[in-house]
Amino acid sequence: MSKKPTKTEKKEVETTGHSWDGIEEYNNPLPRWWLWTLYATIVFAIGYVIAYPAIPLINGATPGLMGWSTRADVAAEIKAYDDANAEIEAQLASADLTEIASNPELNSFAVNAGSAVFQTWCIQCHGSGAAGNVGFPNLLDDDWLWGGNIEEIHYTITHGIRNEDDDDARFSEMPKFGADELLEKEEIEQVVNHVLSLSGQEFDADLATAGAVVFEDNCSSCHGEDGKGDRDQGAPNLTDAIWLYGGDKDTIRQTVTYARFGVMPTWASRLSESDIRAVATYVHQLGGGE
Amino acid sequence: MSDSESPKLYAAREPVFPRKVKGKFRTFKWWLMGIMLTVYYTIPWIRWDRGPALPDQAVLADLANRRFYFFTIEIWPHEFYFIAGLLIMAGLGLFLFTSALGRVWCGYACPQTIWTDLFILTERWIEGDRNARVRLWKSKWDARKWRLRITKWFIWLIIGVATGGAWVFYFTDAPTLFYNLVTLQAHPIAYITIAIMTATTVGFGGFAREQICTYMCPWPRIQAAMIDEDTLTIAYREWRGEPRGKHHKGDDSELGDCINCMACVNVCPAGIDIRDGQNLACITCGLCIDACDDMMEKIGKPRGLIDYLAFSDETLERAGKPPKPIIKHILRPRTILYTTLWSLVGVGLLVALLTRGSIDLTIAPVRNPTFVTLSDGTIRNTYDVRLRNKNGDNHDFQFTIQGADGLTLALEGQDSTTVKVNANETLLQRVYVLAAKGTAAATSDRTEFDMWIKDLSNDETNHGNTVFNGRAK
Repeated sequence: MSKKPTKTEKKEVETTGHSWDGIEEYNNPLPRWWLWTLYATIVFAIGYVIAYPAIPLINGATPGLMGWSTRADVAAEIKAYDDANAEIEAQLASADLTEIASNPELNSFAVNAGSAVFQTWCIQCHGSGAAGNVGFPNLLDDDWLWGGNIEEIHYTITHGIRNEDDDDARFSEMPKFGADELLEKEEIEQVVNHVLSLSGQEFDADLATAGAVVFEDNCSSCHGEDGKGDRDQGAPNLTDAIWLYGGDKDTIRQTVTYARFGVMPTWASRLSESDIRAVATYVHQLGGGE
Repeated sequence: MSDSESPKLYAAREPVFPRKVKGKFRTFKWWLMGIMLTVYYTIPWIRWDRGPALPDQAVLADLANRRFYFFTIEIWPHEFYFIAGLLIMAGLGLFLFTSALGRVWCGYACPQTIWTDLFILTERWIEGDRNARVRLWKSKWDARKWRLRITKWFIWLIIGVATGGAWVFYFTDAPTLFYNLVTLQAHPIAYITIAIMTATTVGFGGFAREQICTYMCPWPRIQAAMIDEDTLTIAYREWRGEPRGKHHKGDDSELGDCINCMACVNVCPAGIDIRDGQNLACITCGLCIDACDDMMEKIGKPRGLIDYLAFSDETLERAGKPPKPIIKHILRPRTILYTTLWSLVGVGLLVALLTRGSIDLTIAPVRNPTFVTLSDGTIRNTYDVRLRNKNGDNHDFQFTIQGADGLTLALEGQDSTTVKVNANETLLQRVYVLAAKGTAAATSDRTEFDMWIKDLSNDETNHGNTVFNGRAK
């Protein structure tokens, strides 16, 4: 092995010239590769600032020569998905509503797309599990105010309920029997007991007997003589176990006195026909569809 | 320190030119290599009939459809524990063999060793044995050297392509892929995979060779923890061989048996001298034993100057006592423990494999909401049930409930409690369980029950346990 002539003394490193209490600081330069890496990053940074959005201004950042933006990327990605789904969405929008469920491919797309639509637009009122809340119907059960087959659900979603934006919205209005003094207090008490009797709850027999007459005169035109409701008017069935606002005595009295006026927006102006059909299909297969 | 020259961080490779050797270890290794290469190249071509819906390749890792086929066994992704179990067995097996026989995996079974052997073999065919290769290496790049080198590289390339080419057949139907590969219709991934495998095979087996074992592989570092004084590994009987030196007639009284012929060094594919003792680079391939035994026979000395030897034998032999019998080295608490663990995992896997059914279900209760009240007061719970039909044809599954009174069952989208699951598919079925108003299940918080499925075509059953939530008063 060849040996180079060795130096007898290590070369003294120069100091920075600073001195604190006699302690001096060596001036060891950075390794060459390190320095070059720094220069390379500076060059890269200049190129980056020119090519990409970089310097923040008041209304956004400098756009950069490449015109790149995350917003455009997302838009392109969404468009790619929309394009990929365009064919099946067209198929969904034109299919016979009752035929969707029997076409596995279409049904699978509708249920999954409908679930996404539901999670975006519907859960605020109906809940993420579609179980509803007080005043907002549970979509899982077998009780429907306006009808539970796919066509009725589709109509309800398209036009909404009791809104002023859509002339075709489902509409009906319960009178405020108490607030508008249509019924006396004791008449309300009587009809409340009659309604309690309809659904098999505890009730006062004398009041209920009188209440049956009050019911016949004031309520049966919408709720039916037997109290089973009328879907054409969105009048709920009073004989079953399901209560939108509550089935106890106080709540029923409140309902008769002040009435209820549940609304739902029209979705025709916000969702595409295929989205509406998708979410209708989704709701229809949640367990209560007729 | 006075030298200003900093130490080099890179040591250039010392070229190794293993000499040809004959002997029992070499013969054994040729056989082993032949068997393993045959297995590797033929397995994807074995056919196995599984019915029309399933592939007919005996061994297939069908990544696209998430299935793994091994003859009669079909593994779905949720049964990946079988693979995990096999890996644990492979790990324990490696521990067992290493604690008993040292780096026997490295020396005999590792693909790196097998392919390096194959590449050295072709090198010897083309360029000649050790001395010829050394001369060629030192010679100028004339026409002959170019011709030999290019021939060698070309054959290596063919071996590499064949290696990578066989690899891809494990992942899709072999005859179809072969046809597509030849007619240039195969997916680019197939060609890229073959190219990568070719590059690594030629690079590792042809050029890097022992450097892979010495520098890249973690196993030589782990082996120190696996090997103890009873492990049989390759060693030089230094007390018998030293002092080494050329024997002269009538004047070998002070000398040991080693005649310093360098045969053990010349045949070593790792380029080490076993006489220096245990070495990180030694893959225990056994070729030095063959070389030395051959030499000992020629000079009329007993074989075994270099031999499989345990460290504990050294003390005995130095004291002039015979070594312990091999069986006593191999049978010791450590190896027995490894064998026991290995067998336990194996038996566990075998039991799991033999008792698993061809239908399966997983039940996920829907807890948003926990229950739904229907108009007649019935309480309904919903369950997302995944049904797996691992058979090769469509089967009808019937649902029943056991273990709780008063619960009835309905399927979303089905009129009956029976649903068809297509061959080799998983079906997600929403199942409703109903408890009539006022029944025990409807009024209590939790009611446990079993959901059973029955395969109507062969009466095979399976079940899962879950909970019904009622409206507690």
